[in-house]
Formats: sequence, C-alpha cells, structure tokens
Amino acid sequence: MKKAELMDYDKALELFEPVLGFEVHVELNTKTKMFCGCANEFGQGANTNTCPTCLGLPGGLPQVNAKAIESSIRLGLALGCEIAEYSRFARKNYFYPDTAKNFQTSQYDEPIAFNGQLTIELESGRLVTVDIERAHMEDDAGKLTHVGGATGRIQGADYSLVDYNRGGVPLVEIVTQMIEGGEADAPEIGRTYVAAIREIVKGLGVSNARMEEGNVRCDANVSLRPRGSNILGTRTETKNVNSLRSVERAVRYEIQRQAALLAAGGTITQETRHWHEDTGITSAGRPKSDADDYRYFPEPDLVPVAPSREWVEELRATLPEPPAARRKRLQADWGFANLEFQDVVNSDLLDAVEATIAAGSAAQAARKWWTGEVARLANVAGVAADSLVHPVQVAALIELVVAGTLTDRLARQVLEGVIAGEGTPLEVVELRGLVVVSDDGALIAAIDEALAAQPDVLAKIRDGKVQAAGAVIGAVMKAMRGQADAARVRELVLERAGTAQ
Amino acid sequence: MTNLIKLSAADLSGLLADRSVSSVEVTRAHLDHIAAIDTDVHAFLHVARDAALATAARIDARRAAGDVLGPLAGVPIAIKDVLATQDMPSTAGSKILEGWIPPYDATVVRRVRDAGLIPLGKTNMDEFAMGSSTEFSAYGPTHNPWDLDRIPGGSGGGSAAAVSSFEAPLALGSDTGGSIRQPAAVTGSVGVKPTYGGVSRYGSIALASSLDQVGPVTRTVYDAALLHDVIGGHDPLDSTSLTDSWPSMAAAARAGLADGALQGVRVGVVKELAGEGFQPGVKQRFEETLALLAQAGAEIVEVSAPNFEYAIAAYYLILPAEASSNLARFDSVRFGIRVDPAEGPLTSERVMAATRDAGFGPEVKRRIILGTYALSAGYYDAYYGSAQKVRTLIQRDFDAAFAQVDVLVSPSAPTTAFKFGEKMTDPMAMYLNDVTTIPANLAGVPGMSLPMGLAPEDGLPVGLQIMAPAKLDARLYTFGAAVERLLEASWGHTLLSQAPELAPTEMFASEEGVV
Repeated sequence: MKKAELMDYDKALELFEPVLGFEVHVELNTKTKMFCGCANEFGQGANTNTCPTCLGLPGGLPQVNAKAIESSIRLGLALGCEIAEYSRFARKNYFYPDTAKNFQTSQYDEPIAFNGQLTIELESGRLVTVDIERAHMEDDAGKLTHVGGATGRIQGADYSLVDYNRGGVPLVEIVTQMIEGGEADAPEIGRTYVAAIREIVKGLGVSNARMEEGNVRCDANVSLRPRGSNILGTRTETKNVNSLRSVERAVRYEIQRQAALLAAGGTITQETRHWHEDTGITSAGRPKSDADDYRYFPEPDLVPVAPSREWVEELRATLPEPPAARRKRLQADWGFANLEFQDVVNSDLLDAVEATIAAGSAAQAARKWWTGEVARLANVAGVAADSLVHPVQVAALIELVVAGTLTDRLARQVLEGVIAGEGTPLEVVELRGLVVVSDDGALIAAIDEALAAQPDVLAKIRDGKVQAAGAVIGAVMKAMRGQADAARVRELVLERAGTAQ
Repeated sequence: MTNLIKLSAADLSGLLADRSVSSVEVTRAHLDHIAAIDTDVHAFLHVARDAALATAARIDARRAAGDVLGPLAGVPIAIKDVLATQDMPSTAGSKILEGWIPPYDATVVRRVRDAGLIPLGKTNMDEFAMGSSTEFSAYGPTHNPWDLDRIPGGSGGGSAAAVSSFEAPLALGSDTGGSIRQPAAVTGSVGVKPTYGGVSRYGSIALASSLDQVGPVTRTVYDAALLHDVIGGHDPLDSTSLTDSWPSMAAAARAGLADGALQGVRVGVVKELAGEGFQPGVKQRFEETLALLAQAGAEIVEVSAPNFEYAIAAYYLILPAEASSNLARFDSVRFGIRVDPAEGPLTSERVMAATRDAGFGPEVKRRIILGTYALSAGYYDAYYGSAQKVRTLIQRDFDAAFAQVDVLVSPSAPTTAFKFGEKMTDPMAMYLNDVTTIPANLAGVPGMSLPMGLAPEDGLPVGLQIMAPAKLDARLYTFGAAVERLLEASWGHTLLSQAPELAPTEMFASEEGVV
C-alpha cells in the first residue's frame, strides 16, 4: 500500500478547516444475543453459538433482548440523550455473506436515544462539546476470514470462511453531529471523544469496552472546508479504527492527505477507507454515496419498543458518576500531578488504583505499583494490568513494603509469585522465604567476611573513598541472597570499616 | 367397519379415546388412501409413512399405559410445506429449498407433536405461498378433488385438497392474503385465519411478516376449533405473538351448536365484497345463506367499508416489499441448493445470483422485483408509505363496521375453482381472486371460510367467509358452527359427502419395460 502525498499539517490547517464526525459501535456485554437466546461469547468453535434466528434460517424470527434495551437506554442517558417514547427497529437491506438474513436489523428514523451532548477535555484544558445525533440499537454481522491471499483481505483470497458466532451480538451505534471548530486539535478531539465513550460504557458496565477486542469500534468521518468557504467538503469514512492512538493518527492522516489532494486540484471521493495500523495510512475502500439505497423499512417481525417514563427514570437513577467528574474528584483526592494522573487514566488503571487505595494503600504507592511493575508484567504477558492481579493483593504487598518486611526488590519477586498463583503476598513471602534479613548480627558477620576478602577496598574506604563501599555491599547482598536492606548494609559497612581500623 | 377416513377429527378422537380404534389403524387408513389417490391429487410433497406409523404406535402405547392424552392425540394431520419440520423436508414449494431438512420444528409443529397428533407429511403449495392456485409450486400443481382439471386454490391448495379428499382429517395452513380461506372455499372445506398474533409464526417460512398467520384446515368448524386450541397461544419466540389468554375455541364452537345460537346475532354484509366480479352461483348461494340466517333469527345489516376498494393495491405493495426482504436470506451460503454460474469466476455474489435465478420461480421473481422497487429510495413514501396508510384506513373501516355488527360475512372467493392455466398469464386476474380475503390480513382480524353450497352452474363448492373483531376468534367459531349446522340441516348432508369418489390410481409399469 503506497503512502499518499501528504501536506504538512500546519500548512493544511492554514488552508482548510477540518470537519469531523464519528460513528462509534459499542458491543454490549449482554449474556445473550440481541434477537435470540444464543450466548454472546466467543472462543468456542466457529458457528457454535448459533440458532435458526441468528443463522437466518427460513422461519427464524427475532425476539428483542430486554437487557440490551436497558443497556441502550442507560447509555443514551449517560450521553445526555432523550429516550424515545416509541422506537422501532428497521431492516437495512443489503447482500453480504457475513449478514445471515441479508439485512441488518437496525434502527432508522426512530432510534432509542437522540439529541445528546458530551463535553470532553483536551490535554490543553480546552473543553469541546460534541453533539450526539443519536444512539441506536442493531445487531452485529458474522466474521469473515479470507483464506489464501497474501493480505488476509478478500482481494486475492481463494475462499472465505464465515463464523456467525458474532452475528446477532447487540451493538449500540453512537452517531455524532458534525464537529466543527476543532481546528488543529481535530485529531486529539477524535481520540479524546472515543476515549470518553469507552470510559462511559465501561463505567456503566454495559460493555467490556476493550477496543483491541473490537468491543468499541470507531468509524471516523473527515472532510475539509477551504478557508473562507461555507461549503462542506466531501468526506471520507475511515472504518474500524480500533485504538485511541489510531483514531488520532487516522484523522491527522486524512487531513494531510485530503489537503494535499485538494491543493493539487484533485477531488475527494466519497468513500470508506481502511486504516492500516502498521503503516499508519488509510487506503480506499468502497465508494459510498448518500444515495446508497438500503431500502429501510420498519421491521415487521418486531413490535415497537416503548419504554415507560417510569422505567427510564429508574434507569437514570442507576447511572454512575460521570467519568469526567469522577476523574476530577479522584485526582484532587489523591493529590496526583497531571502527568501522574494521566498515566493512570491512559493505562486504564483508575479502577484498580482506586480499589488499592480503598484497601488501605497510600495513593502514590498504589499508583507506582500499578503503572510500574504490574503494568510491566502485564505488558510482557500481553494482558490488561487489572486482569493480572487483584487490587487487594497489591495493597497487601504495599503494606509489607511499608512495614519493612520486604524491600522493593523482594516485593517484585513476591508480586510474581502472587501472579503465578502461589497465594497472597504473605503466603508467597513464607513459601519463598523472602523476608528481609534485619538481624544486624548476621549482616555484620557477612560484612566482616567481605571486608577481609577485599583488603584493598577496605583501604580505599578508610582513605575516604566511600563510593568504593559498593563492591562490599554487592558481595554482602549476594551473600544474603538479596534479602537485606541495601541502605542498612551500607551503613553497617561504613561503620565496620571504621571500627576495624 | 366404519370408513375411518371419512370421520371427523372429533369423531376419531372419541373412538381413539375409548380405544375402539388404534392410532395405528387410523393412520394406516389415511396413508393407504394417500397411496391410492395422491398420484392424481398431488396434495403431498412428502409422505412420512414410517415415521407416522411409528408415532402412532407410540401414542397407542402411551394410551394403553394410561397416560392422559389431549383430545386430538392419535389423530393424523397434514402439514403445509411452509412450516419447518426437523424430520421432513421443508421446501415452501420452492426449488431453492429442494431437500432441505430444517434443524428445528416450527412452534406450531412442536405443539402438534406435543399434543400427540400424527404428522402424515408435507402438503403442496404455491412457491413461498405466492399464488391462489398451487400452479406456482415448483413441484407441480395440486388437483381439486371435486374436479381434477381444476385448481384447489392457493397457496395452501395441498392442505385443502388433503382434507377434502379425505387424505387427512386435519391440516395446517398459512394465510397471508387468503391462502387458507380461498382453498377451503373452492374445495368445500373449512379454513381459519386466526387473529394476527394468535398463533406463533416461529418456523413458518415467511412470506410477508405483518400479514402471515398459521391456522387450521379441516372439514368441520369444530375440528378447526380443536386444532386451533392446540396451536394457539403465546410463543416467546415470536415477538408479534399476543400474550393474551385465549378461551377454548372448541367450547366456543360447541356453544354454536345450541338451539337459538343465531338469535339476535347482528350479521354485517360488506357492500364492497358482494358486488361486481362475483360468479352468479356464488352470489346466489350467498343470498340464500343470508336468507337462512335471517330465518334463524339473525339480523342482517348492510355495512360499508369504503376503503376495501384499495385493499388489493395496498396488499400488493406491502406483501412484495416484505417478501423481497424476507427472501433475501436465500443466498446459497447456509442452506438450500447452490448453483454455480455457467461461466466466469465463482464469487459469492455471482453464485448467489445464479442460485436465485435457478432456484426461484417466475412469480417469486416478479414479487421480489416489485417489492424491491416499492422500497427504493424516492418511492418508499409513494408506495410502501401510502400502502400502510391504506392499511390504517381499512382497520378503521373494520372498527366502524364492528361497532354496528357482531360478525361480517361475504363470499370467501369471487368464483368457484377455475381450470388450470386460466389465470397463469394474467397476474392481475390471479391477484383479484383474493379481493374478499385480503382485508382481514391487512387489519389482522380473524377470518373463516366454510362451505355454503355448490354453484348451480358448475356444481363446485362455494365458501362463506366470516370475519370477527381482532382477538374474538371464539366468536368466529360460535357463529361458524351455528351456520354450518344451519346449512347442513337445510341440505340434509355435509357438502363434502357430495364430492366425487376418487378411484385409486392404477399403477402400470411402462409398456416398454423398466430398467
């Protein structure tokens, strides 16, 4: 895939105003699918979680999952939306083998939630309010695997396999109004907006919210309006941008690509584009026109959804504190500097740190352990940090360090033991015999031995070259198999060197 | 010995209950009759002889063991091929589903099995229930037992022919615009389209989702009521299934047999369903029936339903629109036949196109094209949107009519059974055959057809249609049973007793020898 001609970003901003729009698909974590009783889970064999309805067999009929309606309403409320008193599903008709019925059951002109607003805060502190046009419910398609080609894409493949386990999984699609005035912040607005959506659905508990697993998927619409013009440019829709960083990069790339093309006298084709994570570029997908005819009509197999106002208010009462407000409160409570706090947020460790502090740890220690050693081990294992170890265990570990039972170095070994399933930190300490040697007698014996073995070092120390003590400390720590507090050893070495004189 | 195949389901039920006959005997009698005459009638696409006898033996064993069984346990039944059956092919009369055996049973099939009925096989139909004659079946037409050169109605000609030729006492049908009632009318049998939502559609291969309804096909009103009680009621697998609790239809039908059941009943005659285009003999029998009803104490009231005039036009926009979408799933990927294009690459799109081209018949293609057009951007409001408004107006016409009367009546079909080929080249003429039955589907109200005599000019059966307000199916059975009793009393016999005996087909080996 060839990288397109790009215009310098600042230059692009001088000539054009970027206009954005986002469609974020959120996969709900209901137990069963949107329109049938099949399990909403993967990892089993292909096409195991299927039935006549989600396989689109003749005679199959949909039934609406009440939990999915509840989750959609809660999400709509969290986005500041109005909840429809009367909402209908519609059929979006198009032929594609991953869509078992050859229509998607979605919502058209009567979505469950509409007219919302979400204010996001950029790193500069700038507040941007994104208007939400609608949040509607629909079912997901199956998954196609193209076999035989070099790229894994359909072009060049020998054949394709289809797995309908994902077919019929409930989605909420959140559609923004046009976002204007973003200017040079446009890429960051994209990233921050999607991050905010992810945070909201996670806080609500309606989705697993893992972008890397496709629980939250973003389509980014970008167009450029020439400065001084009031006519919108032609937009492109970059599909399935599946990490926060990629949203930012994709928007930025499209701004630079479109600017170069327009400045050279070219025109933008209204089309979908693929995002290539590895090379950081977009490539043309299929042409998309506003006249795409999906022959929408109300789904006759489903009765309308008419949530009572009482129910909506009950659900409103279950909404958690909005993530932005919660962040503000936690940062103040914990006294973290901006960068420290951002680190926690970006690592998706707010809940873990909060729980660790609630279990008795000091805020800074909790932050340090989670964003440090736990995150490192999680990175090595390729899993999320908060799935590796329970906050209560981290708090217990921190307590052992504070009490002087463990040094940081020993604590890291204990952490590994806890993760390996050897038990609580205290149990690992006992099992592995990892307690700090705080018996000065044992340390002094080891120090005297080391000093005797290295008379030249002893001489240097006595000459006032205190840094030479390092060699002795090292030998002692080795003799103690690391289970000594290095600072105490240093004190004792200097003391013994003086005494021995 | 009694000729078992001539008995009603209710009579069979009695004999089975007191163990005068076994279900195996009853089932075998029907299977033998099918073997004897179905080469001529062609009501069945599939006969499950061994399975039916095995099921019958199980029911007999359960009865012998003292199990408490439902009233229809052990009674044979024929199932329209539009319904999914996990032990029999389910083709909906289409080539595209040739040989397809679903991995599941339709809810109504499950209920029929649970009630101990004996499925005999699957009955013929117009492809995907599109038609009024079964001539659009991909597997050849069904013949009317009254005259084998004539159509048995459609789309459910197979089920109607099966009961009227005594191949089965009961059958299941589906009715989108008259597919139960019109075949009942032209074969001299009884058919009921229940209130929309009264019977589950789960497992019924969809034609038009907002119009389809599964219902009983029988020879007597009481039998229909007994079967309705088995298949009706809420099904969580069908979102449009009503959650109401329903009264016993059988009890309602029995109430209609009481003396004076017709006294004071307000019977509305729909002006718009009794005018032009009706065969003289149909009109004559209808007038005579009204006179009998008046004599029996019913009050005959003419009512107007001005928007019925637009019913066919609206129906032929809504139905193809929904059908075009419902039939999209027939794409060769997961089930059914697969046809590769004659030349060129084998992409999924090209294989799908070749499969649909080879697998769908002409009427199906016609309606898919119509429906696709009607839903297209720019035409939606003018066509589908307007049709839905007409639908609302027709519902209001029904509301206004039922404010004045208890039931509405009309002839079930404008003519008696026509000859094969008569309307095949003129879709409009075929569509107009459903002028009387379509309004009930558009409004979701229940409708019944029962025999009201033979047209003098051709000696063929004529049906009376009765319609009741939505959810008042019970009223249909009470009134229907009363009318049936009244008419049979006036004739001195049942209508079907006048049908010609069908001689067993003699089977010959080819004169030129067989390989």
